Amino acid sequence: MTKAITLSGLRKSFGRTTALDGLDLTVETGEVHGFLGPNGAGKSTTIRVLLGLLRADGGSARLLGKDPWSDAVELHRRLAYVPGDVELWPNLTGGEAIDLLSRLRGRLDTARRDELLERFDLDPTKKGRAYSKGNRQKVAIVAALASDAELLLLDEPTAGLDPLMEVVFQDVILQAKQEGRTILLSSHILAQVEKLGDRVSIIRRGKVVQSGSLGELRHLTRTTVEAETHHAVAGLDTVPGVHGLRADGTRVHFSVDTAQLDIVLHRLADAGLRSLVSHPPTLEELMLRHYGDELAAAGHTTARTGRLSRPRGGKR
Amino acid sequence: MTTTATAGASRPTGVTTGGRRNGVLAGTGTLLRFGLRRDRVRLPVWIAAVFLVTVSTANNVKTLYPEAADRAGVARTSDSPAVLAMTGPVRYLADYTYGAMLGHRLLGLTVVLVGLMSILLVTRHTRAEEESGRAELVRSAAIGRHAHLAAALGLAAIANLALALLLTAALGGLGIESITTGGSLLYGLSVATGGLLGAAAAAVTVQLTAHTRAASGGALAVIGAAFALRAAGDAGDNGLSWVSPIGWLQRTYVFVDNRWWPLLLTLLLAAATTAGAFALSTRRDLGAGLRPARLGPPTATAALGTPLGFALRLHRGTLLAFAAAVLLLGAMYGSILGNADDMLKDVDQIQDALKRVGGTSIADSLAALTLMVVAVIAAVHAVMATLRPRGEESGGRAEPVLATGLSRAGWLGSHLTVALAGSTLLTLATGVGFGAAGAASTGDAGAFWRLLGGALAYAPALWVTVGFAAALYGWFPRAVPLAWIVPAYAFVIGHLGPLLKLPEAMNNLSPFGHVPRLPAVGMAWTPIALLTAVAAALIALGLVGFARRDLDMK
Repeated sequence: MTKAITLSGLRKSFGRTTALDGLDLTVETGEVHGFLGPNGAGKSTTIRVLLGLLRADGGSARLLGKDPWSDAVELHRRLAYVPGDVELWPNLTGGEAIDLLSRLRGRLDTARRDELLERFDLDPTKKGRAYSKGNRQKVAIVAALASDAELLLLDEPTAGLDPLMEVVFQDVILQAKQEGRTILLSSHILAQVEKLGDRVSIIRRGKVVQSGSLGELRHLTRTTVEAETHHAVAGLDTVPGVHGLRADGTRVHFSVDTAQLDIVLHRLADAGLRSLVSHPPTLEELMLRHYGDELAAAGHTTARTGRLSRPRGGKR
Repeated sequence: MTTTATAGASRPTGVTTGGRRNGVLAGTGTLLRFGLRRDRVRLPVWIAAVFLVTVSTANNVKTLYPEAADRAGVARTSDSPAVLAMTGPVRYLADYTYGAMLGHRLLGLTVVLVGLMSILLVTRHTRAEEESGRAELVRSAAIGRHAHLAAALGLAAIANLALALLLTAALGGLGIESITTGGSLLYGLSVATGGLLGAAAAAVTVQLTAHTRAASGGALAVIGAAFALRAAGDAGDNGLSWVSPIGWLQRTYVFVDNRWWPLLLTLLLAAATTAGAFALSTRRDLGAGLRPARLGPPTATAALGTPLGFALRLHRGTLLAFAAAVLLLGAMYGSILGNADDMLKDVDQIQDALKRVGGTSIADSLAALTLMVVAVIAAVHAVMATLRPRGEESGGRAEPVLATGLSRAGWLGSHLTVALAGSTLLTLATGVGFGAAGAASTGDAGAFWRLLGGALAYAPALWVTVGFAAALYGWFPRAVPLAWIVPAYAFVIGHLGPLLKLPEAMNNLSPFGHVPRLPAVGMAWTPIALLTAVAAALIALGLVGFARRDLDMK
């Protein structure tokens, strides 16, 4: 079975700025692949190379077994794209824009279009200018999903959606996955990729720094444990693989490498366990491991927000 | 301590000095300084260009026409409807001094140029800011409701007054006979007032429509109409010039009579228009026009789903507006065509002079000149239409379309097809308006076909204009504003070329210089074929370049 996307050693620079610095990425047919990274990491550039809108300086790219630059038009009939910043035509209505994009792609499935309009609660009679950012995003999402494209390239597709609509979006994506479509979902919203992604690639400064299934990635990381015991736990700090231990009388908080989990739990049980909260690492923690240096510099080491708040640089 | 006192005391010193600080004009000074900073390159370039054209023209006429007899000769050949339509009122010709030459030949042209500068300035700092959403961010600060418009108008006033000062000092300092200090001051202020008039017109149009392009276009149409009215008035000597503020400014008879009251009249009009703009602005919401946004169809027509139908839909409004403008302009010039021969047929001298320059009759010479003027307007459309893909690309709207089954060549090709066909349509509309009115006013039915043919002969030059812009777009997308050189160059050469006796080579640089001047001279097919070939080559070049390069995205 051909892979949906194979990128190896992809390079692209804009003047002196290096956007992609030897990027490798593989997306299997039929999977939802999370493409995770902070702003300016090169997510949009990668997708635009896949679309043949930008020409790579080096490396190789195969999309559905073809070349994204020279076979662009043929490929575009088989895929659908939702850009991160959706701009609409001021003198066309949202409905007209959806039909336009669908017809230029190939076939328009009006029944599916109407169903999606209803699910996303979108009024198709407004002119482009009258839509809010979230509604412009919906126009692009409806146009992409109303097609029968086998591959969906989604670049931060829910950036302007409210939480209710994000739930609708997740349903629709899962439905698309069940239909056997391949989806590349770029995002910096960790919860979304956790819910939808089969596999994840983490990109940083134009390179994929980690790639694998969520399970595989978690294997590499630590579990966070918060516990309360009858009497103080002794010797936890001598156990290899325990990190960030904070003890406050009978309460402890730490993270532990998965391999040492068994030993640690025995120590806690010996001390008379009263309560225990443990959770696998969230993608946010995976991200913090890879971007910790930058976040520390920006004073965000203790940030517990759903997304990383770094200033938006030039979106290339 | 009362609440009011607390509020007053807690403010930093200087903020509570008067109602203005918190009034509808609050923050105007800040925005004005900000505007000066944003335009620190653009405005000096505009001002320097107008300044240099004026000063070099003044110097050149002195060198070219050293004797009073030379100037009287120019005055005699200028006393024809064709030349008067292009220049100014006949009063200047009585004693054609260097100063009179400037007032007659240059004032109207310069007013159009500074009007354009001021219109673009005002729309850039008001409606464009609202359309991009930046005004919302700024307005959320301690900025008054009228501050944006007041700052833009203030900026326009500064630019125009700076130009007026430079012109006064330079013209007065040239020491050319008849170009007096008082006259120079009147000349400079007349130019500045023309600029303020453009700014005032734009201040109104930015209230009416929510679109920057439409606002600039509307104000430009006002300037265009004012120029056309004074052209018809001066050529026909029928009082129409008194409907046009550009006609008023020319009736200062600067360097001849130095009358100040027409200048004051124009200033009053600009002030009243500006007051109207402020009044209108209170009747609309930020970001909206005066007309509420309407709903539209929920689905697209079948035609919109095709590349060409899509391109046509985007170009439709602008194209129709231009077609209506050139049709009307053609009809207006056509209607004065009939008087031309009657008025002047007894003046053998002029007839001879015109025949020497190639004209068979005064009417035919006027027709040929008129067609060139209208063709430059069509060239403005050609550039606007060809640069539309660039606007789509940098506005982020090309990206989703080019990610569909539409190829790059298909997308750009559709836009260029509309630009080429639109240019041809504009020559057709010019020819129909000019031909029908011309045939009616001369009573010569055959004139319709001659004038229509003369207008259509300009189509290949417009295609070259499209091709030049397309080639720039394909290879150097960030340099596309250079495409405006073609109509600007044709405009300046067309207006000043004969007076300054510019070498033929300069005329040949412009595609419009190669078009046979029908109906004054016979048809020549070679330049038509060559222009068409050049246009085709440039367009092919543009398509090749666009297929090879990265899309330029946000």
